[in-house]
Amino acid sequence: MKSLRTLLGTWVVALLTASCTFDREAHPQSSIHPTSDFASVIHELYVDIFWWTLGILVVVWVALAYILVRFRARPDQPVPKQVHGHMGLEIGWTVAPALIVVAIAIPTIQAVFSTQQGDPENALVVDVIGHQYWWEFRYPDSGLVTANEVHIPVNRPVSFRISSADVIHSFWVPMLGGKRDANPVRLRPEGEDPEYNWIHLTASEAGTFWGQCAEFCGASHSLMGFRVVVESDQEFAAWQAELAEPVTAPMTAPVDTTEAGEAAQAPVQTAQIDPLVEQGREIFHSQTCVACHAIAGTNAQGEIAPNLTLLGQRSSIAAGWLENTPENLVQWITAPQDVKPGALMPGVNVPGGNWPATNLSEEQVRAVAAYLFSLR
Amino acid sequence: MSVATDTAAAPHTAHHGEPTGLWSWITTVDHKRIGVMYFLTSVFFLLVGGLEALLIRIQLFKPENDFISAELYNQLFTMHGTTMIFLVAMPMAVAFFNYVVPLQIGARDVAFPRLNALSYWIYLFGGLYLNASWFVGAAPNTSWVGYANLTSTQFSPGLNVDFWVLGLSILGVSSIMGGVNFITTIINLRAPGMKLMRMPLFTWMTFVTSFLLITALPVIAVALIMLAFDRFFSANFFNVAAGGDPVLWQHLFWIFGHPEVYILVLPAFGVISDVIPAFSRKPLFGYPVVVYAGVLIGFIGWGVWSHHMFTSGLGPIADSFFVATTMIIAIPTGVKIFNWMATMWGGAIRFTTAMNFAIGLVALFTVGGLSGVMHASAPVDLQQHDSYFVVAHFHYVIVGGILLGMFSGLYYWFPKVTGRYMSEKLGAWHFWSTLIGFNLTFFPMHFSGMFGMPRRTWTYQSELGVEFYNQLSTIGGFMLGVSTLIMLYNVIKSARSGAPAGSNPWGAPTLEWSIPSPPHHYNFPSLPEVRSREPMWHDAEREAIEAVTLAEPESEPVMPGPSFWPIVVASGVTATWALVMTGVWWVPLIGLAYTTFGVFMWAFEDPFKHLKSSH
Repeated sequence: MKSLRTLLGTWVVALLTASCTFDREAHPQSSIHPTSDFASVIHELYVDIFWWTLGILVVVWVALAYILVRFRARPDQPVPKQVHGHMGLEIGWTVAPALIVVAIAIPTIQAVFSTQQGDPENALVVDVIGHQYWWEFRYPDSGLVTANEVHIPVNRPVSFRISSADVIHSFWVPMLGGKRDANPVRLRPEGEDPEYNWIHLTASEAGTFWGQCAEFCGASHSLMGFRVVVESDQEFAAWQAELAEPVTAPMTAPVDTTEAGEAAQAPVQTAQIDPLVEQGREIFHSQTCVACHAIAGTNAQGEIAPNLTLLGQRSSIAAGWLENTPENLVQWITAPQDVKPGALMPGVNVPGGNWPATNLSEEQVRAVAAYLFSLR
Repeated sequence: MSVATDTAAAPHTAHHGEPTGLWSWITTVDHKRIGVMYFLTSVFFLLVGGLEALLIRIQLFKPENDFISAELYNQLFTMHGTTMIFLVAMPMAVAFFNYVVPLQIGARDVAFPRLNALSYWIYLFGGLYLNASWFVGAAPNTSWVGYANLTSTQFSPGLNVDFWVLGLSILGVSSIMGGVNFITTIINLRAPGMKLMRMPLFTWMTFVTSFLLITALPVIAVALIMLAFDRFFSANFFNVAAGGDPVLWQHLFWIFGHPEVYILVLPAFGVISDVIPAFSRKPLFGYPVVVYAGVLIGFIGWGVWSHHMFTSGLGPIADSFFVATTMIIAIPTGVKIFNWMATMWGGAIRFTTAMNFAIGLVALFTVGGLSGVMHASAPVDLQQHDSYFVVAHFHYVIVGGILLGMFSGLYYWFPKVTGRYMSEKLGAWHFWSTLIGFNLTFFPMHFSGMFGMPRRTWTYQSELGVEFYNQLSTIGGFMLGVSTLIMLYNVIKSARSGAPAGSNPWGAPTLEWSIPSPPHHYNFPSLPEVRSREPMWHDAEREAIEAVTLAEPESEPVMPGPSFWPIVVASGVTATWALVMTGVWWVPLIGLAYTTFGVFMWAFEDPFKHLKSSH
C-alpha cells in the first residue's frame, strides 16, 4: 500500500513537472536535444512539421467537436436535408492539404540532400562495425581500434562509415542525429567497391552521448548500447596517442574489489605494481582470451571480440549496459550470458560461442578483472 | 461454380430449415456462418495477442526488469505483431467481408462458397500451426518483419523462424483465395440495378482490398519462398558471403507490407463510411470522392514502401521519391476524414456505440495519420524509425483506426447476425474503457520514443528517463485488456438475451437491412431491384424491395450443399507446408499427395447431392 502511494506520488510529481522533465540531463538518449549540425537540421524540420500537424489536428478536432454538439439528434427532429456533396468543398479540402504537404516536402527534400552530403576526404573517418551485441570502432587514418566507446573531436567534421560483421544493426546516437543501418558488407563482383552507409556530422559540443542499436538483431538487441565521447582536439589527440601506445604496465589499480567504488575514484599517486593485476595479466595473456580480444602492445591480437585497450578508461562495459567497475567486470567474466543472453564469450562454467567454459577460479576472475580495470 | 440463382429447380417443399450441430458448421459453405467463424476465431487470437502484449507491458513496467527472459520477450513481441496483423486484423475484416458483402449487393452467397470454406480452414490451421510453436518452446523470435539475414540458419538455427516462414506461407494462401472470391462476387453477383457506383462503401472498400490481397500477398509469398530455400535447401538469396543481399528482403517485405497497411485499414474505412451516414440520417457526403480516394489510396499504396527503409541507406534520390509519394497519399486520406465530417454536418447524429466507435476512429486515426506525415519526412524518420515513437504511430493507426472500425462494425451488424441488439450500456463501458485505455497506452509511447527508447527491446536502462511513460503504457494496456473482456461479455450476453431487433433496427439505408434478422440461409428469396445508393431511405423503393426480400418464398432457393472436402484440403495444405520443416525434399510431397486427393474428391462431389438424397 505504501509503495502504491509512493508510486502515485511519483506520478503526480512527474505529471506536474512534465514540461520540465524534458530536460536534457534526465534523457541522455533524447532525440529532441540536438548537439550536432546533423541533429539540428533534423530537429528544426521536426519542429516545423510538428506545428503543421498540430494545427491540422486542432482544426479537425475542434470541427469534430462542434459537429457532434451542434448536430446531435433531437427529439421529433425531421429528416435532415439530404445533401450528397459539394464540388467546391471537395476541391478545397484536397488543395489545402496538398499545399501543406508541399510546404513540408520542400524543406524535407532539401534536408534529405544536405544531410547526406559528406566530405570524407577532409573529415575524420570512423569505421563503425556492428557485431552481435557490441560495437567496434576503427580509425582508418591511424589504424587505431576501440570498442563500445568511440571518441570524436568537437567542431570537426566526422564521417561514420557504417557496416556490420554479422546481421543488420542500426547506429543511433539520438543527440548527435538520426540513425543509419549497419548492413553486412556484401561480396561484390571484382572491381566493384563494397557499399557502406554513412553519417556525416560535426558535433557542436563536448560531452558523453548515449547511443544504442536500433535494428532488432537477436537475443540481446536491447543490450547493445555504446557511448560517443565528444572532446576537444587536444583531448582527442591525447586519447589517440594513449591508444597508440597504451600503458601496459599499470602503475596502480584499485585492486580490492570490495572497496572498488572508492578506490576507482582515488587519485593515482604511487607507482606500484599490484600483485593481483600481475596475476590477472598472466592469466589473460596465457589463456584463450587472446584468441578473440586485442590489447595493443601485447600478444592479445584477436579481432572477433571487443578491443580491450584502455578498457579501464571506459565508462561502461558489456556495450553500455553495465557501469565499468571491477565488480561488474567480475560479474561479466564469470557469467556473460547472465548479463547478455547470446553473448559469444565463454563464462567460468558455461561455454560461449565455440569456446569451452574457462574454469577460472573466483580469485583468478578477480585478478583478470583487476588487470583489465588497470588498463587506463 | 457459382451460386445458383434459379429457384425453379428447387424441390417443392419450401423450408428445409437450417441444419444445426457441430458437423453442420464444420461442413458449412454458407458465407454467413463462415463469417461468424472468422469473427470468433479472430477474437480468440485477439485474446492471445492481447495476452502477449500484457506480458510485454509487465516486463517494461520498470527498467532493467527480468520478469521474463530476453529470449521469451523476443518471442512474445514477434508473435504479438504476427498474430495481431495476420490472425486478428486481416481475418476480422474478412469476417465482415463474408457476412456483409453478399447481403449488401443482393447475393445469396459468395461466388465460390466452398473455396470460401477452404480459406477459413486454412486460416484456422495456419494460425494454430503458428501458435503450436509455443508448445515446443520455439515461437518465432525475429520480429514480425523478419529481417534477413538474422533469419538465416547461421544466426537463427532453431525451429522458431521455420514456424514463422511456413506459417505465414500457409496464411497467405488463405488470403489470396479470399481476394479472388470477393472480386468475383462483387463483379458478378450484384442484384439488378446495383451498379458499381451504387454499392455501399463497405463493399467498395472490400473490392479495393481484395485487389490488394491478390497482388500484395504473392510478393511476400515470393520472399518467404526465397527465405525457405535459404533455410531448408541452402540457397543464398540473403547470404552476404555469397553475394546475396539482405536489403532485398526489406524491399520485398515492404512492397507487400505497405499495401498490407491499406489491406488492414480500408475495410475499417468502409465500415465507418456506412455507419456514419446511417447514424447521421444523411447520405455519405461526396460518395464518388470517397470511393475514388479509396481506390487512389490502393494504387498509391504501391509506391510508398521504401518509407519503411529510410535508414537502410537508399541514397537521397530514392529517399526523395518515397518522401513525395508518402506525403501524396496523406491527401486522399485527409479527404476521407473531411467527407466523414461533412456527412455528419447538418445531420441528426445518434450516439449509438457503433457510431461512437466510428467517431473515435475519425478522431484517433487522424493522430496516427499525422504522426505518419512526420515519418514521411525522411530526415525526421531517421530519429523516429524503430523507436517507440513509431510504435505509438502505428498503434494509433491499427488500434485507433482499424480495431475501432471493426468494433463499430460489430455493434452495427450484430443485430443483423443474431436478430438481437448488443447492450448499449455495456457498449458504453466498452467504448469509454477502450478510448481511455488506448490513449493511456499509446500516447506516452511518443515520449518514450522521443527520448531514445528503441522498439523491440526487452528492457531499458533507468538512465533513459522513460520509466514514467512506460508505467502509464502498462496501466493503459491493462485497461485495454479489461475493455476487451467487456466486449466479449457483451457479445455473449447479447447473443443470448439481447433485445430483439427487426430487419432494419437502425433505420439504415443499405440493402442488407431489407432482409430479416437473422437472414435466411439463402439471404434473398428472390432478387430485389435496386434503384439508388440508399434504397431503404426512399419509401417507394423500400416498399418495392421489401415486398421481395421479406416475402416467404413458395419454394426455397437452391443453395450448394455442405462439404467435408474443404477442411480436408485445408489440412493438406497446412500439412504440406509444415512438412517442409523436415528439410527433406520429398517429405512435403506426402502432404501434397493428400491435398491432391482432397482436391479430386472435392471436384467430383456433387454440390447439390443434399437435395437428391432428401427424396
